[in-house]
Amino acid sequence: MLTASDISFERYFEPVFEPVSFELEPGQLLLVTGANGCGKTTLIRVLAGVLHPSDGRLDNRARGMAYVGHYLAIKDDLSVLENLRFMRDFIGTSDRDVVGAVYRMGLGRVAEQLARTLSAGQRKRCALARLLLSENELWLLDEPYSNLDAQGVELVDDLLRGHLEAGGACVLATHGAHRPTWADTRDYHLVSGAAA
Amino acid sequence: MSAPNQGADRGADYRGGSLSGAFLALVRRDLLLAFRRRTELLFPVIFLLVVISLFPLGIGPGPQLLARIAPGVIWIAALLATVISLDALFRSDFEDGTLEQFVISGHPLTLIALAKIATHWLVAGLPIVLLSPLLALWMNLPAESLGVMVLTLLLGTPILSLIGSIGVGLTISLKRGGQLLSLLVFPLYVPILIIATAAVMATSDNLPYTQFLGLLAAGLITSVTLAPFATAAALKISLS
Repeated sequence: MLTASDISFERYFEPVFEPVSFELEPGQLLLVTGANGCGKTTLIRVLAGVLHPSDGRLDNRARGMAYVGHYLAIKDDLSVLENLRFMRDFIGTSDRDVVGAVYRMGLGRVAEQLARTLSAGQRKRCALARLLLSENELWLLDEPYSNLDAQGVELVDDLLRGHLEAGGACVLATHGAHRPTWADTRDYHLVSGAAA
Repeated sequence: MSAPNQGADRGADYRGGSLSGAFLALVRRDLLLAFRRRTELLFPVIFLLVVISLFPLGIGPGPQLLARIAPGVIWIAALLATVISLDALFRSDFEDGTLEQFVISGHPLTLIALAKIATHWLVAGLPIVLLSPLLALWMNLPAESLGVMVLTLLLGTPILSLIGSIGVGLTISLKRGGQLLSLLVFPLYVPILIIATAAVMATSDNLPYTQFLGLLAAGLITSVTLAPFATAAALKISLS
């Protein structure tokens, strides 16, 4: 579904991370780990196509891609429902049940509230609810467990389990203690380019 | 190695969403956001009114002099009001990660830029056009020039938004990009200012003015055709 062959990314002529190679098949989870500043977020952004690799080859054969990064793409002046309805209409999956996604993520009580009034964890849940708005084969998640309580972490694991069982794949960058172990998980320890 | 990132836009093949649906969703959202952030919405209009109100106070209420400088004053105020509203065009989408979501959505960034520019004009440019008859009366502009004044603003303010969006795209990732933005776009606005004021002054002098309107229309067509592409390219550079 996703093949990376020696991809690298340079910033100011310095490699951000050592060349990365992996192959991701349906049902697999690639867990990208590494120290702070080793380039996990940059790698995820390269995989998402936001950044273009300086070298190497990236072959993405997935039918659709969802990305939840550090910046959650939530508008403070829109409610939870308005934020998700916009994204649903924008990506063109108007048949999707936004209210159902909001309740699934445990945001039913704050659905009509402006996003500026949400806690960091609720904002994260709102961003993750976007995953339910379309059937993307590939999920790219950057620190999806950050700011979440135990119930939220379990919720993300449930989403992830369902996605992988349905034949999807996921690249998940994390430096936290929680790591999904139940899935067909492969670890990729990213090494900073500066350490090379 | 060659051909990096092949297939990174694969999502585009999968999306069932229409371009017009995405365009309308974006315009709707931005109009709603503009309505919710009323201070940002009203600031350029209030700025315009204040600047134009100050001129008669500063140079005296002589009707002949006011009428003579009215086209230039109204146009310079419109230009400044547009520039102070430009920085907000992509800033919030850039800072909160929405721009990244736009990039991976598979929809052309050109279309997204065009939708944002259209909304910017509706929010910042159209109020100037609608207020211009009132401003013209305040500045004692002759009645026969009023229609041409409105027409120049109707044709010219979208050009200001279109050209400005390129500058915004280039400076969005800079911390004090707003200051650099003014330096970038003001020289590009000069021809519009000259042509537009020349059209209104030609009317006052009973001279033909249609050639100036033609030039503005040509400028608008050229800007609509090219600026969204340039803005999209600038945004991609800023994102990297």
